[in-house]
Amino acid sequence: MTTDSQPAAVRAHSVVKAFGTGDTKVTVLKGIDLEVYLGELLLLVGESGGGKTTLLSAIAGILDIDEGHIDVLGVPLSTLPPGKRTTFRGQTMGFIYQQFNLLPALTAAENVAVPLLIQRIRRPEALRRARMMLDRVGLVDRTEFVPKNLSGGQQQRVAIARALVNEPRLLVCDEPTAALDGANGQKIMELLREVGRSPDRCVIVVTHDSRIFHFGDRMANLTDGRIVNIERIQQEGTA
Amino acid sequence: MNYVALKMLFGDRAKYLMLLCGLTFAVMLIVQQGSIFWGLMMWSQASITNLNVPIWVTDPGIAQVDEVKPIADTAVDRVRSVDGVEWAVPLYKGLLRARLANGEYHQITLTGLESATLIGRPAEVLEGRFEDILQPDAVVLDQWAVERMGGPTVIKVGTIFELNDKLARVVAIAKTQKSFTNIPVVYTTYERAIRYVPHERRTLSYVLAKAKDAIPVEDVIQRIQTQTGLGAFTAEEFGWKTILWVLKNTGIGINFGTTILLGFIVGMAIAGQTFYLFTVENLRQFGALKAMGASTLTLARMILLQAFTVGLTGYGVGIGLATVFGYLTASGGSLPFVETWQLLLLVLVALLTIASFQPQLVS
Ligand SMILES: Nc1ncnc2c1ncn2[C@@H]1O[C@H](COP(=O)(O)OP(=O)(O)OP(=O)(O)O)[C@@H](O)[C@H]1O
Ligand SMILES: [Mg+2]
Repeated sequence: MTTDSQPAAVRAHSVVKAFGTGDTKVTVLKGIDLEVYLGELLLLVGESGGGKTTLLSAIAGILDIDEGHIDVLGVPLSTLPPGKRTTFRGQTMGFIYQQFNLLPALTAAENVAVPLLIQRIRRPEALRRARMMLDRVGLVDRTEFVPKNLSGGQQQRVAIARALVNEPRLLVCDEPTAALDGANGQKIMELLREVGRSPDRCVIVVTHDSRIFHFGDRMANLTDGRIVNIERIQQEGTA
Repeated sequence: MNYVALKMLFGDRAKYLMLLCGLTFAVMLIVQQGSIFWGLMMWSQASITNLNVPIWVTDPGIAQVDEVKPIADTAVDRVRSVDGVEWAVPLYKGLLRARLANGEYHQITLTGLESATLIGRPAEVLEGRFEDILQPDAVVLDQWAVERMGGPTVIKVGTIFELNDKLARVVAIAKTQKSFTNIPVVYTTYERAIRYVPHERRTLSYVLAKAKDAIPVEDVIQRIQTQTGLGAFTAEEFGWKTILWVLKNTGIGINFGTTILLGFIVGMAIAGQTFYLFTVENLRQFGALKAMGASTLTLARMILLQAFTVGLTGYGVGIGLATVFGYLTASGGSLPFVETWQLLLLVLVALLTIASFQPQLVS
């Protein structure tokens, strides 16, 4: 099976993005070409400040790009009006932030339920599904805790559960294991790989953590605003 | 998402209370100052409202109720002869000096009511019987007169004092709305009033009148004006005329007006600032919601819900506190405090308008 023959979930072409103007203008993405396929988990690595978070934001349609174009699941993002793009994102994407961006006033379960509430799913049903999701990330005994009473790793798992709860076809994760110990990191990555392996879903994971590299199908290296290298990862036992 | 919005609002108890305090304070400030101002204005037309008659006939050039311009004695009959007038009675109103048994002098407003009807008498009598005013030398004081002239130990029912060297005997104490000048009011009959005062060419101050029920007051007023050449106003019009005169010709308009305007601006600025800080602090959370697919409309609705919830709560608490303040300070009527629904509505509209601007912060 070659992933190259799979349909593309994300197709980025010559993407350029700069911040600021004049003397303080920094071009962060300098022409990115990248394809991510359904059924795969792509790792995105690279030096700090290299533009990984920026690229993820662009793919999620949270950030407007200056040049190039990005198709997600066959939809050119730039052609969608802002309102439609927001709806499209809510229905098809999950996003795990580097900072978890949990709502401090909500319990873990309520935080996880938010994407469902946005989709107008009724609260009891949303909470029921949220608790099931929390169970899968190992937090079934913390569902009624507010974020400030959770450890960093637990907060990160709540954020992951929230990104997964509406079963997004495209899941983008910014350092999802940064706050987790080895065992929990492995558990989360297994979950993410399971999502990535479903034939009509795909996962992009930004990471520095070499302990989880083997969960990826391919690894792209983003350095100084360019994808300098993409390689297939040798799977254990399949090498 | 309303649930999420309200949880965000109430989730941080301390922050919510701060927010509520800011808004409560703002509302309280405005309502309190506005009510004191309006109370003062009510005082300025107390001489009109205390008499509680529908139509005032005056000198055509009258400026305000307390600056009496006497009119010809024949005016009463001329007003009575106007078609549509049910009744018309004379009123004397003038400043006089009263001399108490202890030798003190006090300036008083002598109010002379027509003896046959006593039209214009105060509604409430605190002590004695108002009808006893018909006895020889009898006068009725209002409660402010008692207070100003030395309290109930000095002057009470039965006390005798002098008005222009003529005897006056207190037979009753009536309750009135405090007036702006706070000059004690002494009631007597019209006939006796003109015997108390030094001889003047004209003694009639006002004609008080009422239109027949079937006929619109405005029409009757119009007729009185054209047929007698005098000024004629409804009590309300005359009250407004007096208020506007006070605003224009005393320092109150400009001084107090500036104070309440400042109070209003400061209050609204506090409210706006409080809302603003709250929304800005939550921008990051709204950003996260948007990234999860919440539409701008949804976010706007959430922010509006938050702003209106805390705004209305602050409004209620603020008005409650202002009212308690007004009740405590104004009980007994010694401080002006009149809360009007117009003021409350204005504050509500202003507050909700400011609240309605909040959603613009997320877009
Ligand atoms: N909103 C912004 N305005 C200005 N500059 C920005 C903005 N966002 C990112 N940058 C700049 O873009 C560059 C890339 O940032 P980005 O967050 O994409 O890096 P990263 O690869 O995710 O780094 P890390 O591994 O540390 O998370 C940085 O130099 C950063 O200062
Ligand atoms: Mg980053």
